[in-house]
Amino acid sequence: MQNAEIKTKENMEEIHPLENLLRMDRIPHIWCPGCGIGLAVSAFAAAMEKANVDLSKVAIVSGIGCTGRVAGYVKLDSFHTTHGRPIAFATGIKLGNPDMKVVVFSGDGDLISIGGNHFIHAARRNVDMLVICVNNFIYAMTGGQVAPTTPLGAYATTSPFGCVETPFNIPYIADSSGAVYVARWTALHIRRLTNSMAEALNKRGFKCIEVIAPCAMYYSRINKLGDGLDMMRFYHDNSEVRNGEDTHNLDLAFQTKITVGKFVDRERPTYTDLYKKWLSELKDKNREG
Amino acid sequence: MAELLMGQSKKSLTRDTKSRVSLTGIHQFTGSEACVEGAFASGCRFFSGYPIKPALEIVERFLARAPELDATYVQMEDEISALAALLGAVWTGKKGLTATSGPGFSLMMEHVGLSVMLETPCVIVDVQRAGPSTGIPDAPGQGDMMQARWGSHGDYEIIALSPSSPQEMFDFTVKAFNLSERYRVPVAIMTDEFVAHLKDKVEIPSAEEIGLEPRRYFDGPQGDYLPFKRDEDMVPRMVDIGDNYRFHVTGLTHDDRGYPVMNEECQEYNVHSIVRKIRQYADRIVEFQEVQTDDADVILVTYGAPGRFSAGAIERARQEGIRAGGLKLVTVWPFPEKRVAELAGKVKAFVVPEMNYGQMVLEVQRCSYGDANVVFVPHGEEGVDSVDGWLVAMKRVLQEKDVKVGILEY
Repeated sequence: MQNAEIKTKENMEEIHPLENLLRMDRIPHIWCPGCGIGLAVSAFAAAMEKANVDLSKVAIVSGIGCTGRVAGYVKLDSFHTTHGRPIAFATGIKLGNPDMKVVVFSGDGDLISIGGNHFIHAARRNVDMLVICVNNFIYAMTGGQVAPTTPLGAYATTSPFGCVETPFNIPYIADSSGAVYVARWTALHIRRLTNSMAEALNKRGFKCIEVIAPCAMYYSRINKLGDGLDMMRFYHDNSEVRNGEDTHNLDLAFQTKITVGKFVDRERPTYTDLYKKWLSELKDKNREG
Repeated sequence: MAELLMGQSKKSLTRDTKSRVSLTGIHQFTGSEACVEGAFASGCRFFSGYPIKPALEIVERFLARAPELDATYVQMEDEISALAALLGAVWTGKKGLTATSGPGFSLMMEHVGLSVMLETPCVIVDVQRAGPSTGIPDAPGQGDMMQARWGSHGDYEIIALSPSSPQEMFDFTVKAFNLSERYRVPVAIMTDEFVAHLKDKVEIPSAEEIGLEPRRYFDGPQGDYLPFKRDEDMVPRMVDIGDNYRFHVTGLTHDDRGYPVMNEECQEYNVHSIVRKIRQYADRIVEFQEVQTDDADVILVTYGAPGRFSAGAIERARQEGIRAGGLKLVTVWPFPEKRVAELAGKVKAFVVPEMNYGQMVLEVQRCSYGDANVVFVPHGEEGVDSVDGWLVAMKRVLQEKDVKVGILEY
């Protein structure tokens, strides 16, 4: 036996398996214990490996909020922009350099409330980008206020008597606005989420993946739902995979069944396709006449 | 500026020369058309905007020329996203232009801040109209001059130019792109409905005669790139998305790596840098045109549309025995404070006609340090070419024996 070759705890070099995908000089991250955003980031990193993408050709854009910090931890060309506007910024990247794969990684408040207009219009134009929307049902960075996704009746610091607003059904908005790929998973469905992200990374057009994730610090604490692990247990017991389900039926009520799956997968020409076609047609026309 | 160009990468120089297409020769252009030609001559090939009067002709001209130049255009859902998309495109190596008017300019303020913080060059044309709010969409105004300087929250410096003819729309647009690339700062072209719609002779020089400032690229090894590490002149270097630098930038207060740092020291460093990189070069950036100031008793300070009538007004004043001179601003921000202070010591008064209720006149008054009277001629209602009021103001202020506190109005 050659003892020198045996790796022990003392001589082992500790390398994180995702080291080439993460900015290790920024770890530890800012997310709370029990938070689900880290799981979504791991799934995304694994998906990039699985999808075999050229890392120098992926740009990631985030807005503001807890999930807005994702861009800062992923070792890609990464932009931490303004509240609600990552999709608009990403549109510029995609049109500026159509060779880039563009990913928007942000939260429900950022993308669906203040950024809701940009979300529907990018889907309508079918700008080629993958939008990963982590939905934790609350504004967590600012301390637990009502979000456009907070279920009716759920408590938040700004709904001490229970939320009186009907929440958005994110896959339905994406579908009806024209997204070519729409899926929803929870932070528990790591394998399926990873597969879904990998599939979407190699598909052209506006893709949206909603990731239901626990906010152990605010949402579950204010609503007395236990810690992050309890939330994961709830996802385990109450999630139902229904691929191809009509997005009408994906409303989320307070602590009831969560329908997950891939709901939309279709083809539609992207903005860049149509713009280039238009440009070359006009060029020919000008040449002729 | 030549010494500052040294050390530029070959990459950036070749890129710019290749992408030049200018319509050399003499043309009859509106201000809007001249502006777009200035942008194309500068190598701009990206426009994101939102339709608004009276800036539409700029978009239309851009689109008319887009096929032959392979230029990219996108009509966004609002002006907020228009500027956000522009910044994204600039980081892919494009030079970007957007055009709007007051209501859209207000919405753009959010990303003027991001542009300043990410030190992203871009050119924003504000075809000013009568405000506030919706105002009169196709009447000229100059009510956004202070907004250009102070409109976004926090402390920053910006560059703004104010053309007063189609020729200047061309020239100043080229200048705007150059300043924007040189200092990595958003540059506003503060024009107005009058100048944008005015048709006049525009002479476009040959591509070789149009000096272009190349983008300040970093071309060192991948691991060495720090997005906000500054050159000696405090301006950091850029890389393009997709060049495998895998960098990070944020609108949060950040260090040289582009990583957020939430403490006073970094706040001081970050803000100091973005402010100083403009302020310390203010003397180089500031430009103005002077006529007959040597023996002047009263100086007419103009910019934008009123600037076009300055020479005529001075001539009329001289015929009537008033020793009048003119100071026409090229850069409105930074403001030519040193020159105004010098002139204030020599002349009796400044007369400042503006198509608003007093904006740049505040700067004239500030920079004259109580040495000369400052007279404001509000100009909104009378039409841009009505110089009678200016002459009345010049005559009456010369009858004043003392310097009055504050701004006078006749």
